[in-house]
Amino acid sequence: MLCATLMGERMNAGFVPRPGPNLSVANPHRLPSTVAREDEHLLVASAKRGDTKAFEELVSRYERKIFRLTMNITRNREDAEDAMQDAFLKSYTHLKDFDGDSRFYTWLVRIAANEALMRLRKRRPNQFSLDEPVEGDDDLMPRELEDWGPKPDQRFEQTEMHEILSGVIDKLDPDFRTVFLLRDVEELSTEETAKALGISVPAVKSRLLRARLKLREKLHRYFRRSAPN
Amino acid sequence: MNCDAVIRELSNYIDGELDPSVKHELELHLTGCKECTMVIDQTKMTVELFCNEEPVDLPAEVKSRLHDALHRKFREHAT
Repeated sequence: MLCATLMGERMNAGFVPRPGPNLSVANPHRLPSTVAREDEHLLVASAKRGDTKAFEELVSRYERKIFRLTMNITRNREDAEDAMQDAFLKSYTHLKDFDGDSRFYTWLVRIAANEALMRLRKRRPNQFSLDEPVEGDDDLMPRELEDWGPKPDQRFEQTEMHEILSGVIDKLDPDFRTVFLLRDVEELSTEETAKALGISVPAVKSRLLRARLKLREKLHRYFRRSAPN
Repeated sequence: MNCDAVIRELSNYIDGELDPSVKHELELHLTGCKECTMVIDQTKMTVELFCNEEPVDLPAEVKSRLHDALHRKFREHAT
């Protein structure tokens, strides 16, 4: 779970998070997954016994994150809404089949990713081929190298940063984007990502490496020291 | 280990999934290679920025449609 690890490293190194979102119990969406899931199994158990309030609590807890995921995969508002809604409805219908081997959230992410991918394939059948090999033995060494300077992200306002991140991920091939979102943003393991997408573990690793390098390269033009602000 | 090999192992390195001997070799390379160190640091920061992105609130009408659909589903299951 690189995200939580990186966050930990920064905290240990005396990194002070920017003002705004705090890592607090009052804001569980910002907590590392290990903390946010603490009572998840209790809600799932209640929901399985027919407690609809418990299921609604799970929906309320994860609806923003699931919408972010479906939006990031489909890059289309209408498809993202439909995929999110169908993911929650399907997860309710099939809740009895959820065996608790993984987190409920991980299971939900898998359903939502597939709902989103189905819509993406329909909308862009020629641009999408998750089940086909896309990686070759190409040269991965980045060509553009320049120092980003200290805290390059703080040169931008929060809204501007959001637009930059949204813009760069939009330009990433869906094959790479989906793997990056599941592994690095939703914090699924390599194996869980492979299972969710029906691809091999080596394919996940290869696509994740390429996605990370491509995103770094795309952010480089905003963050390099000599970039015009 | 050369620069190309470092970049190929970059993901495994930042995910902490390298064998200790390979990790040692990679870190030895980093002590003398400013470029690879820069790429690794910038890639880590890239991931971190996406991790830290706060999901936006659902628009009210989207939330309302979602919860209406859920309530219909709950009623279906109850009957």
